[in-house]
Amino acid sequence: MLRDDLDLDNEYALSANHDEEHGRVLRKKIWKVTAILTAITIVEVITGGSIKQYYDGVPNDSWWMIKWGFIILTLVKAGYIVLSFMHLGDERKNFKYMILVPYTLFIVYLIFHLFTEAAYWGEIIHH
Amino acid sequence: MAGHSEKVDSATLWGGNGSPFRLSYGKQWMWFFLVSDALTFGGLLCTYGYFRHQYGDWPVGEEVFNAMPFLGNGFPLLYVALMTFILIVSSVTMVLAVEAGHRLDKKAVIKWLTLTVIGGAFFVGSQAWEWYHFIHGSHYGVILTPELMNDGWASIREVAGGGFSLDYGHGQMITDPALVSQYMAEPLGAIQGANMIENEYAPMIPQFGNLFFFITGFHGFHVLSGVVINLIILINVKKGVYDERGHFEMVEKVGLYWHFVDLVWVFVFTFFYLV
Repeated sequence: MLRDDLDLDNEYALSANHDEEHGRVLRKKIWKVTAILTAITIVEVITGGSIKQYYDGVPNDSWWMIKWGFIILTLVKAGYIVLSFMHLGDERKNFKYMILVPYTLFIVYLIFHLFTEAAYWGEIIHH
Repeated sequence: MAGHSEKVDSATLWGGNGSPFRLSYGKQWMWFFLVSDALTFGGLLCTYGYFRHQYGDWPVGEEVFNAMPFLGNGFPLLYVALMTFILIVSSVTMVLAVEAGHRLDKKAVIKWLTLTVIGGAFFVGSQAWEWYHFIHGSHYGVILTPELMNDGWASIREVAGGGFSLDYGHGQMITDPALVSQYMAEPLGAIQGANMIENEYAPMIPQFGNLFFFITGFHGFHVLSGVVINLIILINVKKGVYDERGHFEMVEKVGLYWHFVDLVWVFVFTFFYLV
């Protein structure tokens, strides 16, 4: 039986192949992203090790800024991994949005509901 | 990659006779699998957030995770930073293996994939040490005292000149030798290490230990299976399976899985250790 769908499948896979010159450009980009990810991790660890959440038992009032800084840096790292290392940024736009948009919507929805519920129960249990 | 983003009008794209995403089945379904796996991890991390939000008070990562192999305690976050770095590096070697595969450079694929497997094995080993340390706990564990700080729970710490002090966390200490020895002689309760019922890091929050075991364990299981899958593909590359096909897309597909494992760790690192 003729399986032209498999031929087509193979064609898609083959279209990802590239020559030496294009490879050089890509490798340069890979090392650049590596440097960025490493730098972010180093900054996170130094910040986490030097700024405390509590000083002598008293909560650090500006910790929320550090916390949000960590969360934003994490999302930046995640963006580089997904779009660059996993090449999602190079796929067709329709595929990219099909992967990212429903997931993001659902997780934001889940976080909103769970945290609202958690705060509610926290109030009841602790006060 | 290069071939996937060329301009095609949507009538042709969605008109059948080919993938509307111009992707092979295998790669597309690897992505779908990763989305479902990401929902699992997202659910687990949101559960973690739920309990953290509910309790309000939560152990500080750098106070719990401050040990280094062979060096003892006093190195906040350093070990886990090293683990994170190892995983990022193994992600880089994987992306280099994929790039080499696109140039049909079999030798380079073997080199980079081998390094990826080694990096992954290092990470799994590090996680085993981390678990061992977490389960066994600090040298003296924690005791319950009639104090108000930290609900009365204190870690016993050795003082440089001999004797002990009581550490209630967040930088609160009792150093008076008479009081310390009185509390240590008749503790109201004691916990050492961690299990599914209680843990010394958060004596009032059993979920802290449960979530640590479940989330880092589930992630570690992913790393372990990733190492095995990478190994299988490495053997196939060596045997020349992909030379016949004319492309190394299988390397790219396992690469997607491997980067996903790294991606999850980035979030685990932030929410368990940093904030």
